[in-house]
Amino acid sequence: MRPETVIIVGAGPAGIRAAMVLAEHGIRPVVLDEAPMSGGQIFRRQPQGFTRSYAKLYGYEARRAEALHTAFDALGPRIDYRPGALVWNVEGRRLQVLRDGVNETLAFDRLLFATGAMDRVIPFPGWTTPGVYTLGGAQVALKHQACAIGRRVVFFGSSPLLPLVALQYAAAGVAVAGVFDTTPRRAKIAALPGVLAGGTTGLKGLSYLARLALKGIRYHHGITPVAAIGDRTVTGFAYLDAGGRQHETACDAVAFGYGIKSEWQLADLAGCRFAFDADTHQWRVETDAEGRSSVEGIYLAGDGARIAGADVAAETGERAARAILADTGGPDQGAALSTIARRLARHAGLRQAIDRAFPFPAHLAREIPDDCILCRCEAVRAGEFRAAIAALGPDEVNRAKAFSRVGMGRCQGRVCGPAAAEILATELGRPVSEAGRLRSQPPVKPIPIAAFQESKGDAA
Amino acid sequence: MTGRLSLDVAIIGGGTAGCAAALHLARRGLSVALFERRTVGSQASGVNFGGVREQGRDFAELPLSRRSRRIWDELPALIGSDGEFMATGHLKLARDEDQMAVLEAFATGAADYGLAVERITGNRLRADYPWLGPKVIGATLCRSDGQANPRIVAPGFGQAARRAGAQVFEHEAVRHATRDAGGFRIETEAGRQVTAATLINVAGAWGATVAGWFGDAVPIAPRSPSMQVTEPLPYRVKVNVGVVGGDVYARQTPRGNVIFGGGQGWNDMATITSRAGETEVMAAMRRLTGILPWAGGAHVIRTWSGIEGFTPDDLPVLGSSVTTPGLLHAFGFSGHGFQLGPAVGEVLAELVLTGRSETPLAPFSIERFGGVLAASA
Ligand SMILES: Cc1cc2nc3c(=O)[nH]c(=O)nc-3n(C[C@H](O)[C@H](O)[C@H](O)COP(=O)(O)OP(=O)(O)OC[C@H]3O[C@@H](n4cnc5c(N)ncnc54)[C@H](O)[C@@H]3O)c2cc1C
Ligand SMILES: Cc1cc2nc3c(=O)[nH]c(=O)nc-3n(C[C@H](O)[C@H](O)[C@H](O)COP(=O)(O)OP(=O)(O)OC[C@H]3O[C@@H](n4cnc5c(N)ncnc54)[C@H](O)[C@@H]3O)c2cc1C
Repeated sequence: MRPETVIIVGAGPAGIRAAMVLAEHGIRPVVLDEAPMSGGQIFRRQPQGFTRSYAKLYGYEARRAEALHTAFDALGPRIDYRPGALVWNVEGRRLQVLRDGVNETLAFDRLLFATGAMDRVIPFPGWTTPGVYTLGGAQVALKHQACAIGRRVVFFGSSPLLPLVALQYAAAGVAVAGVFDTTPRRAKIAALPGVLAGGTTGLKGLSYLARLALKGIRYHHGITPVAAIGDRTVTGFAYLDAGGRQHETACDAVAFGYGIKSEWQLADLAGCRFAFDADTHQWRVETDAEGRSSVEGIYLAGDGARIAGADVAAETGERAARAILADTGGPDQGAALSTIARRLARHAGLRQAIDRAFPFPAHLAREIPDDCILCRCEAVRAGEFRAAIAALGPDEVNRAKAFSRVGMGRCQGRVCGPAAAEILATELGRPVSEAGRLRSQPPVKPIPIAAFQESKGDAA
Repeated sequence: MTGRLSLDVAIIGGGTAGCAAALHLARRGLSVALFERRTVGSQASGVNFGGVREQGRDFAELPLSRRSRRIWDELPALIGSDGEFMATGHLKLARDEDQMAVLEAFATGAADYGLAVERITGNRLRADYPWLGPKVIGATLCRSDGQANPRIVAPGFGQAARRAGAQVFEHEAVRHATRDAGGFRIETEAGRQVTAATLINVAGAWGATVAGWFGDAVPIAPRSPSMQVTEPLPYRVKVNVGVVGGDVYARQTPRGNVIFGGGQGWNDMATITSRAGETEVMAAMRRLTGILPWAGGAHVIRTWSGIEGFTPDDLPVLGSSVTTPGLLHAFGFSGHGFQLGPAVGEVLAELVLTGRSETPLAPFSIERFGGVLAASA
């Protein structure tokens, strides 16, 4: 039998673990990642020439980061690793891959999407003002370019990244003007037993709060963002406290976010079936218990399949790799798969507790003021979006996009999509799961026309 | 949703053609219902390139396109929205002498239909359109042509039709229709039973299927023109641009996005999905820079397609059935029916009300395909 070509998209914890397992069993996967270096989001490496220590870069996670990087580097020629490779389309059993300005067509037999996640935001007045970042963006700036987004920074939102990134900034010596959580305190208390039962990972999360307190940084619960203030650059953050009184905090930068959302556009192009995940309040690709999608030969792992953090990402990466081994006539993986299932079961409680401690505040999306920009790529305000809904009566998000241009721009709705869906669902008087899901179209990210000219050409 | 309905006219298909027909018929006081499988304007009418162009058409289509062009100016009064129509002009490019001869021939012939087309060559070509690539040797300009936003035009007609009293049923496909002495009997997927004196088939790429229910044979191929759009660029290309042969065409929105197309993508009629097709997408990017080199620095942010019925001679079927009295067809617009849609609606209304049209329809007769399906016998 001809050996099968296995391609892994994503070299984060999920993709790396999958590559390791496949390599152990004599399969040499192609590993594609648009980033210049392996590691994924959490274990993203610093740019060439930077020489900060693992302890400084990754804190608590230093040992795991180092272990992951070392293990990946040790794979050497046993995998076909191609960094800086953007996968922009899946059609049939082919991928289109853009690397160093040259396009290539790669055929596969089995395909694993380990594409991770991105920040999830809800637009608020002033969110397009220079100085406003996502929590993930603020973290990347600090960890990888070693620069802070400001000198006095406000952090707000509802996300496990909220206390973490605030603490990372404080540890780097940046003044933290305040940490503002949109979730009421009682939700945190209700989630506490689950977090405590979650072992070291849960305790680690709690310790962030304790360490913020030790540094004298106040953690506000149950706030409502009002605006990022300032014209040319941010000068303050206005919010309502849990009692509904308005306050303003001076700052020169704001970082905000509401958890993360799976990057599943490629799986959508491949025709995989989707389901709405109520716990994380977002669409996800349907998989069986071992990571197989509804499309034969296509698998998912990590945050791209379901937001659950780096540990779970690695486990599900291994699980998908073993499913691939089983499906290609390799040795029986039953024992290994049930071990993984047991380990994953232990994570499940913590994962649920985190989803409850940092829920998606859909009401904030529904209440975005009319004059606030909703879609920044196309510069459409929330009021214009609501007016288009009222005028032309779209019954799902793709139709609303066609009428309003919300989600038609550069990011293809990856940024404004969740909030737009909430607004539409409100106008329709239906749950957001019944407002539909934005269809993906190639390319999943913008592609330069220059890469397709005669001289360069494609390899097809 | 299992009501019974008795109508003067039932319409299958909610594209521009169907919605415009519903509007005119309802305005004349007839009882009309339109059935659309998905939502109004969600197929070809809603996803096309947005070219409102007469230049380059088969002369047989010009009387109809001339009539439609007048309606495009009147959209605000007719449907309460201009559909973002702008008479930007359409510039058709030649890349060699043979192509220039094609343009000349069209310009000369079009004059007989009152359509003004100017020849633009030499220094004037470079002076007026400095962004054109060196491969372009000449062009013709039709100033009255333009572009519009397809996403809002058919829905606009649909809403106007509703306001005029037509019933527009979305997410309600027609499963089957037959005719007996009492008129047409139409059954929808929702189980609704409808009777109507007249039936209009404006089912787009599915028009031949509906025609087949009555034994009218039309060889139709469902095709999917390949479309792309770039990020916003400085607003330079204010005309709608095409080439002889149509292998690439482009326009720029005032926001700056360059929308372009060329070639055919693919579709799956079973699931009603279509894609621009990666091979065509990559080829069209190369052809684009041949005519607009400055776009070579841009990024493509999205590609898409739709499903359109093409006939062997690229002319639509528009007129009465061969087999069935009271049945009217209008489909198979072969990639250029967006411009025609407003007039097609008027013509269909005329045919229902008077049995004839002031626009010559002979070239669009279904009889040219000469077929009656055996199954109907
Ligand atoms: C901005 C951000 C910051 C985070 N910070 C933390 C943190 O501090 N602590 C923590 O515990 N968790 C953090 N997380 C969550 C954590 O990153 C994930 O749980 C973990 O990294 C998931 O691993 P993964 O392998 O599933 O995906 P990732 O680590 O995200 O890896 C996915 C990889 O796929 C690649 N990729 C995606 N699409 C394509 C494509 N089309 N073509 C080519 N390559 C592609 C990406 O470049 C990326 O390298 C963060 C997440 C985000 C989004
Ligand atoms: C990508 C693309 C680009 C194009 N570019 C241009 C252009 O620039 N300029 C131009 O003039 N033309 C263009 N065209 C062609 C133009 O879009 C079409 O000719 C025109 O929209 C056809 O309109 P229609 O109303 O006949 O069909 P459609 O808009 O396809 O409407 C037919 C409707 O019938 C419905 N239907 C089918 N069967 C049933 C059933 N059994 N029951 C209920 N409903 C049913 C369908 O769901 C559909 O909505 C393009 C087409 C495409 C696909």
